[in-house]
Amino acid sequence: MPKDSGIGAASKRREDVRFLTGAGNYTDDINIYGQAYVYFLRSDVAHGKINSIDTSAAAEMPGVVRIFTGADFEGVGGLPCGWQVTDRHGQPMQEPAHPVLAQGKVRHVGDPIAAVVADSLQEARDAAEAIELDIEELPAVVNMKAALQEGAPKVHDDLTSNLCYDWGFVEDNKAAVDEAIKNAAHVTTLELVNNRLVANPMEPRVAVGDYSRANDESTLYTTSQNPHVIRLLMGAFVLGIPEHKLRVVAPDVGGGFGTKIFHYAEEAFCTFAAKKCNRPVKWTASRSEAFMSDAHGRDHVTKIELALDADNNFTAIRTETYANMGAYLSTFAPSVPTWLHGTLMAGNYRTPLIYVNVKAVFTNTVPVDAYRGAGRPEATYQLERVVDKAARELGVDPIALRRQNFISEFPYATPVAVEYDTGNYFATMDKLEEVADLAGFEARRKASEASGKLRGLGVNCYIEACGIAPSNLVGQLGARAGLYDAATVRVNATGTISVMVGAHSHGQGHETAFPQVVADMLGIDESMIEIVHGDSSKIPFGMGTYGSRSLAVCGSAMVKATEKIIKKAKKIASHLLEASEADIEVKDGKFTVAGTDKSVAWGDVTLAAYVPHNYPLEDIEPGLEETAFYDPSNFTYPSGAYCCEVELDPDTGKVTIERFAAADDFGNVVNPMIVEGQVHGGIAQGIGQALLENCVYDDEGQLLSASYMDYAMPRADDVPFYVVDHSCQTPCTHNPLGVKGCGEAGAIGSPPAVVNAVIDAIQSGGKNVLHIDMPLSPQRVWAAMQD
Amino acid sequence: MAKVTMTVNGRKVSGEVPGNRLLVEFLREDQRLTGTHVGCDTSQCGACVVHVNGKAVKSCTMMASEADGADITTIEGMAEADGTMHPIQQAFQDNHGLQCGFCTPGMVMSAAALLKDNPNPTEADVRHYLEGNICRCTGYHNIVKAILAAAGQDVSKIAAE
Ligand code: FES
Ligand code: FES
Repeated sequence: MPKDSGIGAASKRREDVRFLTGAGNYTDDINIYGQAYVYFLRSDVAHGKINSIDTSAAAEMPGVVRIFTGADFEGVGGLPCGWQVTDRHGQPMQEPAHPVLAQGKVRHVGDPIAAVVADSLQEARDAAEAIELDIEELPAVVNMKAALQEGAPKVHDDLTSNLCYDWGFVEDNKAAVDEAIKNAAHVTTLELVNNRLVANPMEPRVAVGDYSRANDESTLYTTSQNPHVIRLLMGAFVLGIPEHKLRVVAPDVGGGFGTKIFHYAEEAFCTFAAKKCNRPVKWTASRSEAFMSDAHGRDHVTKIELALDADNNFTAIRTETYANMGAYLSTFAPSVPTWLHGTLMAGNYRTPLIYVNVKAVFTNTVPVDAYRGAGRPEATYQLERVVDKAARELGVDPIALRRQNFISEFPYATPVAVEYDTGNYFATMDKLEEVADLAGFEARRKASEASGKLRGLGVNCYIEACGIAPSNLVGQLGARAGLYDAATVRVNATGTISVMVGAHSHGQGHETAFPQVVADMLGIDESMIEIVHGDSSKIPFGMGTYGSRSLAVCGSAMVKATEKIIKKAKKIASHLLEASEADIEVKDGKFTVAGTDKSVAWGDVTLAAYVPHNYPLEDIEPGLEETAFYDPSNFTYPSGAYCCEVELDPDTGKVTIERFAAADDFGNVVNPMIVEGQVHGGIAQGIGQALLENCVYDDEGQLLSASYMDYAMPRADDVPFYVVDHSCQTPCTHNPLGVKGCGEAGAIGSPPAVVNAVIDAIQSGGKNVLHIDMPLSPQRVWAAMQD
Repeated sequence: MAKVTMTVNGRKVSGEVPGNRLLVEFLREDQRLTGTHVGCDTSQCGACVVHVNGKAVKSCTMMASEADGADITTIEGMAEADGTMHPIQQAFQDNHGLQCGFCTPGMVMSAAALLKDNPNPTEADVRHYLEGNICRCTGYHNIVKAILAAAGQDVSKIAAE
């Protein structure tokens, strides 16, 4: 039964009113009196030696406040990497320096060389044109395999090669996996590319630095998914500003998708320059600048082998992946192809032996880091494509092959180090078959064929590891931070509540969904609760929002803090009611003595806490405010099954998505409307990756897809209405809400479904095409069909 | 520098602008009407859509001086004076047609222009009309649904909700 408030209700979003009326407060909407503007002069070559930078003429230009170059940052820290991967041989990864402004060399198109601070943006831009640069262009490395060859130009001269690390997982399994593949009844091999993408939140990145000499305090307003992480990284590692003198504010943020997790040079620059110039300093990325400075996503080249026995049981998986790091290590880059990818290679299947090898490579391209799903889409894509190919080679039904190999008992310890707590892959597959109307497919195929088109059906499963993550575990894996989260529940005297959370909402609707939980626990109206997020000076130290973690981790902290509130409030109520604490129940906004009609209202208890006239002061302190930190004991494992139906015009190669269905298991759901919206958005991004989006460099390292003219974003008429279902719910066993996270599922589960469907369509036309690399543009599809 | 005068959301405003001042800059920076957004520099995202003399215009493609004398409506001018949202705005909230909200002002302004020309659009009409508006969050599902709902259509049967 749908509820109209609390957990499970499709409460309408309270943040919508401000966004719909133009009253949002995004970072670019912030203008501080007296602010100056910064323009970054960026490299237009992929690789070059900086011989000289002459700013003398530019400095004389009207409006110029000050010009900075790499020399101004000598002695200042570089941008830190937050994750250290250890390679197959027990050695730490190669970790190059990442200066705020280039020092000595430029390493990708867009690498910032100098920054002009001026009274207006126009003046800053004009002055930047007057800077005289002498840069000696060097040969660039773009292709990962070429970058690893002997004698290849080195992106970083002080490293031994362009290899960041050569990672093996699980290294001890390697011999057994090799053996199993050698002895298999059948081995399906697939080589594929997971195309480089640009996250493209619609709001470009912005940073505004402010400094107060009066109290030596710096403030950074920034488009971030995690203000405390930025404060920690920038304060401690780059600029050396102690936490209590540094405030980071991420106000309304227009989408993140991972690319706003990381600490960027522009943030450090604006904070630094505001102090040096004693003026607020503002930077707003243009979209072109975003393309060449936001961390990119994916960019893996993989060979996967799946071994099966004579009964079609999976016996082993072996993969070899080249993962592009770009020119520097972005904040979490090393973790993406390793711990967020290798650990997921079991997928939904009982494969006893798995070995994953990943070579991370430096190239003269923009750094690559997490993008919606981060490693998990890459794992899912390989696995679900190779399973589909195996089914085709063996002449068996791809759904039946999956079902035959599904993990069916939980908890399940995979051979790649993680333990799935719950799931029911049969249930989501059953549900998918129903909601996607697989039974009706043949009739729809006939109808398409009657109009000269081919029709294909693609199905796949996915599993992801969310709720990132247990701190002690990620610490062992190389994370240089804890990954708990925190919430403070402040009950006011009249009973209204402010909840300060470490999670950050940039589209996810936390301001609506989080109060639903607290309202449910206390039996009060959602409207009495507000969520405060995004300002390090207001919220407890939490790690922010990414990896589908907000509700599972920060929401759990909020539950723990609310439990503490309830405990204390019961003490107060028992005093007011002259009853034993153990007999007090909380329900419908009242504290009742069990089995009696004696009760005291929530508001009377909260008032007593702040006006403690009749109050057990000898036992407890006045006030009602509690904080909790929550560190999960495991990841959460959302899973599901997705289905895509495409129509293909054999004359042009053009693919249209006719139907798309998703059956997800997110465990318990707090706000189904918001959850469905998350899945919709993820699916569109996955369809974008599969059919449209591609970030392309030429051999010289020039970025060819640097605007929406060359980078094809999915538009409204590229996608259909989606059918999404989340009624299969196996609650997470180790967090108090039983939630698993839903933010990335759509982007993880959809690309293989699309590609499987296109291959199916082509096969139905009698062409034996087994694979096409994404994006499946008309010319790629058409060309494949001609062979 | 040229003096421009225009009516913005029913109020007469004027300012001195350089010849290369874009309408969107005039609105956002000179008028501090920051509801209109900038999402690209190649006039393709539609975050900046406003109405100029009743027509939907990407305000990043028009000079402020070209709008001299025009009647402009921005997202800030869509709700009633007492804060009651326009039916399109309400439909977006009711149907969860927005997530981060960045594309939303442009989406609402485009939708208003569409429904003015075509009060009873089909799904295909809506999708086609939104060609110039990019949303990265919603996958368009609930935006299209919201616009159809704002046109008075029954959207309860769309997909499996
Ligand atoms: S800012 Fe005008 S179309 Fe993108
Ligand atoms: S709601 Fe975020 S871009 Fe549309």
